[in-house]
Amino acid sequence: MNQENKGSNADLLNRREILKGLATIPVLGLFFIKLWQKLRLDKLKKSNLLQDLISDNKAPSIIKEIGNSDHLRVGVVGYGGRGGHLTRGLGFATPGWTSSASERAKKNKLDKAFETFMSQTDLNCSLVGVCDLFDVRAELGIEASKNEVRSGGKAKETAVRYKHYTDLVTSKDIDAVIIATPDHWHSRVAIAAAKAGKHVYCEKGLTRTFDETIELYDTVKETGITFQLGHQNRQVEAYEQAKKIINQGLLGPVNLVQLTTNRNSPGGAWVWGIDPKGNSKTIDWETFQEPSPNKIPFGEEALRRFFRWRCWYDYGTGLSGDLFSHDFDQINQIMGLGIPKYASSSGGIYYYKDGRDVPDVWNATLEYPDKDLTVLYSATLSSLNSRGNRIMGHDATMQIGGESNSGALGGFIVKADPYSTRYKDRIEKGVINSKYPIYSYAPGSKQIDGITSATSQYFANKGLLYTYRDGKRVDSTHLHVKDWLDSIRSKTLPTCNIEEALHEGVTCHMATESYLQGRRIEWDPVNRILI
Amino acid sequence: MKIDLMKNDTYSESQLTGLVILRILIGWHFLYEGISKIINPYWSSAAYLLDSKWVLSSLAKSIVANSTILGFTDFINMWGLTLVGLSLLLGIFSRYGALFGMGFVLLYYLFAPPFIGLEYSRPGEGSYMLVNKNLIEAFALYVLYLFPSSQFIGLDRLILSSELNSLGDK
Repeated sequence: MNQENKGSNADLLNRREILKGLATIPVLGLFFIKLWQKLRLDKLKKSNLLQDLISDNKAPSIIKEIGNSDHLRVGVVGYGGRGGHLTRGLGFATPGWTSSASERAKKNKLDKAFETFMSQTDLNCSLVGVCDLFDVRAELGIEASKNEVRSGGKAKETAVRYKHYTDLVTSKDIDAVIIATPDHWHSRVAIAAAKAGKHVYCEKGLTRTFDETIELYDTVKETGITFQLGHQNRQVEAYEQAKKIINQGLLGPVNLVQLTTNRNSPGGAWVWGIDPKGNSKTIDWETFQEPSPNKIPFGEEALRRFFRWRCWYDYGTGLSGDLFSHDFDQINQIMGLGIPKYASSSGGIYYYKDGRDVPDVWNATLEYPDKDLTVLYSATLSSLNSRGNRIMGHDATMQIGGESNSGALGGFIVKADPYSTRYKDRIEKGVINSKYPIYSYAPGSKQIDGITSATSQYFANKGLLYTYRDGKRVDSTHLHVKDWLDSIRSKTLPTCNIEEALHEGVTCHMATESYLQGRRIEWDPVNRILI
Repeated sequence: MKIDLMKNDTYSESQLTGLVILRILIGWHFLYEGISKIINPYWSSAAYLLDSKWVLSSLAKSIVANSTILGFTDFINMWGLTLVGLSLLLGIFSRYGALFGMGFVLLYYLFAPPFIGLEYSRPGEGSYMLVNKNLIEAFALYVLYLFPSSQFIGLDRLILSSELNSLGDK
C-alpha cells in the first residue's frame, strides 16, 4: 500500500515534470495557427488580382538561339557617346572603356558594368566600318573594333574608317549599319543604307522632321530591309509583364495616362562637354550642318552646337525626340496605342537660358478619341522630383518608375482604386487595401548595382540601362542590338520595327509641330499628312 | 543534490513567470522574423546591408558584392533567426539561444546604429537616438542568458531530468 502510494506520487511528480517541460508547446501551436491564418490571408490578397501573372513571374529566357548564325559585318555611322554604347552592345568597347570599367569594378565591388559587358553573348559579328565627322571619335571606334577584351575574344575582322557615310553604306564589305548620328542625319543615312540593301539599326528620335519620317517609312517598306529603332526599353521584361496586366483589363477602363521626365543636371539638359581636341581641322563642320535649315560658320558657337546638338531644332527636336520618344514608345509597347488623332504641346526655355532654342520645360497632350484616352506628357530639366509614369484606370493604377521603384530598377506597382467597381466587394471586405500595391514587380530584386550618376539613375529607373533575365543583369541595349541581328538572320520582324517606328516618329513630330506652330495638330491617316 | 538544480528556489513564482513570458515573446519575434524570410523568395539582406552606416558599412558592402557570401549571409539569417526563435519559445538550449540571439540583434544594431548624424534611406518605425529596439532586445536577451528559465519551464527541463535519471541509474 505504502509502496503503491509512493509509486503514484512519483508518477504525479513525473507528470508534473513533463507538463512543465512541455508548457510552452501550446504557444508554438498558436504561432503556427496564426502563421497559417496570415499566409492564407496573404494568398487571398494576391489571388484577388493577379494570381495567374504571379505564377507566370519568370523572366523570358535571354537567349533565343538563332539557327542561321552567319557572321555579320556591321558599320557604325556616328560614334559619339551613344554610338559607343551601341557598339558595346554589339560586343566592342574601346580599350579606354574596358580598362576604366575594370578599374571601377575593382574599386567599387557594386559596379557591375564590366562584368555585365564581359558576360554578354557573343553576337558573331565584327565592327568593320566607322564613320564620324570628328576624327577623335572615329579613331576611338576603330580602336574598339580591335579590342580583344570582349566575350568572344578576337573578332574576325576589324574596322576601317569611312570619311563619308555614302561610302560606308554602299560598301560591299558591310551587311548592316548602326546609325547613331544626331537626328538631322538619321533619315538620310538610313534611306541611303536601305537603298543599298543594308539592314539598319537607327537611334531614336526617328527623324528630325515629319516628312523625313514618311519617306524613311516608305523606303524601308519598299526595300524590305530589317529595320530596328533604338528603343531598348522594348527588351525590358517588366513592360512585357505590364502588358499582360493591361491586356487582361485588370486596371479597368483607362482614360488617362501620365508620362513624365524629370532631370536636374547640366548633363541631363544636354550641356555636354566640348572636346578640347575639337577644331576646324578635326571636325567636318560643313558636312555636319549640311541637312540643317540654318547654317553658321565654324567657330565657338559651331563647337557648342556640334557637341550639344540636342539644344537646337536644327539638329534634333529637344525633349520630344530625346525623351518623350522613349516614354511614348514604352506606353505604345505596353498598351499598343498607335498614332493619336490630335496632339498639342506647350512649354518654354525657363531655366537653361544658354542660347538653345528647344524648350527645357515642355508638356504635350495626345488625344485618342476612339480609345477614350488622353496621354499627358510632362517634362522638366530643372527638377529631379521623379514622378514616374502612371496608367490610370477606373479600377486600378499602374505606376512605372518614379516612386514605385523602391530600389528596384525598371519596376512597377499596381494599386487598386478606392472607388473601383471591379474590386468593390474585396475592398469592402478589407481583402484589398487601396493604400498598398496589389501587385508589385521588382525585377532582379535580389541583385544590387552601384549606379551612380543622376542621369544613369534616371535611365536605369526607366529600364533604359539594364534589364533582368532570370534575375541576371543584362544591358538592354545589348539585347536590343541582338534582337536586330537575330531578326536579320531569321528574316523576322524586330521588336521595334518600322511600324512601331512610324508611331513614334509621327507622334513626336505632331507634338513638336504643335509647339512650333502654337496650335493643335491633327493626324490624317488616310493621306498621311498633318493637318 | 542534483535534483535541487531543477527545484525552483532561485526565483519566486512571479519572477519565473515574468522571465518565461519575456523568453516566449522574444522567441516568437525571432521565429516569425526567420520564417517570414524563409517563405519570401525575394527576401535578401542586401538592401539592409547596402544602407549600412558607421564602422561596419564597408564590410556590409563587400558582403553584398559577393553573391556567394551574400547567399550565405541570407541563409544564416533565415535559419539562425528561426532556430533561435524555436530555442527560446520551446525552452530548448535556451541559454545558447539567448546568446546567439543577442549576437544577431547586436550585429543588426552595429550595422545600422541610430547615431546622431547617420541618415538611413529606409524609414524607421520609431524615434530613436542612440538606443533602438535592437539594442533593447539584445540586452533583454542578455538578461535571459543571465537568468535562465528553461530548466524550470521548457524542454530543457526534460533533457536535464533524463540526464539526471540516467546518472541516477548508474
